[in-house]
Amino acid sequence: MKMSGAWCDACDMYPYMEDIGTDILDKVMEAGKEFDPGSYCENDVRRAISAERPGPEDFAALLSPAAPPLLEDIAERARKVTRDHFGNSVGMFTPLYTSNYCENQCRYCGFSCKNSIARARLTPEEIEKEMESIAATGLTDILLLTGESRKYSDLEYIGMCVSKAAKYFSSIGIEVYPLNSDDYGYLHRCGADYVTVFQETYDPETYARYHPGGPKRVMSYRFNAQERALMGGMRGAGFAALLGLRDDWRKDAFCCGMHAYFIQRKYPHAEIAFSLPRLRPFSGHKEDDVKVSERDLLQTAMAYRLFMPFASETISTRESPVFRDGIVNICATKISAGSSVEIGGHSDVADKGDGQFELSDTRSVEEVREALVKLGLQPVFNDYVRSDR
Amino acid sequence: MSDDLIIGNKRFKSRFILGSGKFSLEMTEKVIRNGGVEIATLAVRRVNKGGRENILDYMPEGITLLPNTSGARNAEEALTIARLARELGCGDMIKIEIVRDTRYLLPDNEETIKAIGLLADDGFTALPYMMPDLTAARKMEKAGAAAIMPLAAPIGSNRGLLTKDFISMIIGETDLPVIVDAGIGRPSQACEAMEMGCAAVMANTAVATASDVGAMASAFRMAIEAGRTAYLAGLGRVLSGRGEASSPLTGFLGE
Repeated sequence: MKMSGAWCDACDMYPYMEDIGTDILDKVMEAGKEFDPGSYCENDVRRAISAERPGPEDFAALLSPAAPPLLEDIAERARKVTRDHFGNSVGMFTPLYTSNYCENQCRYCGFSCKNSIARARLTPEEIEKEMESIAATGLTDILLLTGESRKYSDLEYIGMCVSKAAKYFSSIGIEVYPLNSDDYGYLHRCGADYVTVFQETYDPETYARYHPGGPKRVMSYRFNAQERALMGGMRGAGFAALLGLRDDWRKDAFCCGMHAYFIQRKYPHAEIAFSLPRLRPFSGHKEDDVKVSERDLLQTAMAYRLFMPFASETISTRESPVFRDGIVNICATKISAGSSVEIGGHSDVADKGDGQFELSDTRSVEEVREALVKLGLQPVFNDYVRSDR
Repeated sequence: MSDDLIIGNKRFKSRFILGSGKFSLEMTEKVIRNGGVEIATLAVRRVNKGGRENILDYMPEGITLLPNTSGARNAEEALTIARLARELGCGDMIKIEIVRDTRYLLPDNEETIKAIGLLADDGFTALPYMMPDLTAARKMEKAGAAAIMPLAAPIGSNRGLLTKDFISMIIGETDLPVIVDAGIGRPSQACEAMEMGCAAVMANTAVATASDVGAMASAFRMAIEAGRTAYLAGLGRVLSGRGEASSPLTGFLGE
């Protein structure tokens, strides 16, 4: 079992899992242990808002309970920082789910292998059809997702999806189970450039509780996925904590920011991205479990922004149109549109598999584009040129 | 006497180079008109030929495009992007941007020098965005650059001429036009750069983040013209703090 003074995996590494001998998990866990959300006061937050280059201490203050009374001040600053770095551009993309088979048992996820849902995996022809239908909306940025199954969505299958996407799209991101660096290298050569892995929670105990079985139970292997992706030649790495799993969401938000921070310091060329998920209703989920409010989510997004002004921030379709439009006007820089979380949902190909979660924003590409223009923002359909293959 | 800006084999009247990609596309024409702009930069990665919200569709007739290689991490990638720009009909002028730092977007001078050689061999007029370092500037000139584009401050920072002394050294030592690229935050700073002898000023964020983007473009045009005129007029001397003695120290000399 892998462990250090600061953390411990809940089970042994699987034989296929690559160990890259990195110290970033140690660093994040140590930083996380020192973070005491209750120890910050209004002055710390004010200092963080006006800091030239907010550091980890400022980031911590911005996430603390001392920050919400200053939310409007933080928003003004976050908006300015976003505009300085991104102008009024907002990137548009859509997710494409190609398979919902999964061998994990995440207690919060509709894809868990313990759930009896309609399972499906798109064939190459169906994928082509889905992609054609997405490309017809004008989008050139796609995020490919699969459930975490090495059996039903093996590396070859994912590579096939990426290669097909490369014909239709200029920017390809993948959100699949964690891979070894060579596997990421292979998918990069197929055409993928961005890898996102949700860590879900950074607390080993909470992590073990929510992930009772499957390879995902090995926390350290998942944690080091972004670094392996960069070693494999990927250009960008995406980070996320699923806020609401851990008792104190602030701690997970802090660890997630520090995870990205240490990766960026070690790989200064890496393009950093944050996603902002929180626990939302899914089948078998109780409404009173919702512990993270929109206000909390916005506070987190703005703290990421001030801490890493250059990072891309994506806001989930799980949030309402009003919230998404509001946050994109402050600090989010990427927004999905025309989303479908069902397998085959973009083109209504046969044997539709069930979705991972409920969508709150079902607006089409055109509707999202119009909403952005109304806010004085510039929708960006293409912002990537493949230059290294 | 004409006072044209000469880059490679092209001549321009305007010395205000406008960046794009940070304000709404529909504003492009107005900003270019107000700024009296003849050269506009654009990221090749933003071009969406035949697609939606394509920046090329918003560039007015007659404008000279200066595509940049944003996204390139080394010389080879810069060459690939430059060739793509040429295929897209953006011409042969290319601004080399090679960045291996996502935090400050600082340019990699070493890779940029390499890229200039590759691009010049391929027939491009290469304009390197660079960290103001005289040694690197000399190597860039030797490698075939058509201008030197040092940064005044980190890109998008609006912090003004933080690297003034180093830019001034390059102006004094190169025969190429020196164009300040990045960091200029207000018209007065653009004016100052021109007074120093910069051949042109490039700005984007300063204009894009203004409350009235069109008016700010006009302000930059005027400031750049004023600075250029002042430079050509020869700035008056500046007294060094104490004033001058009314009886010169050398007054005792009899012949």
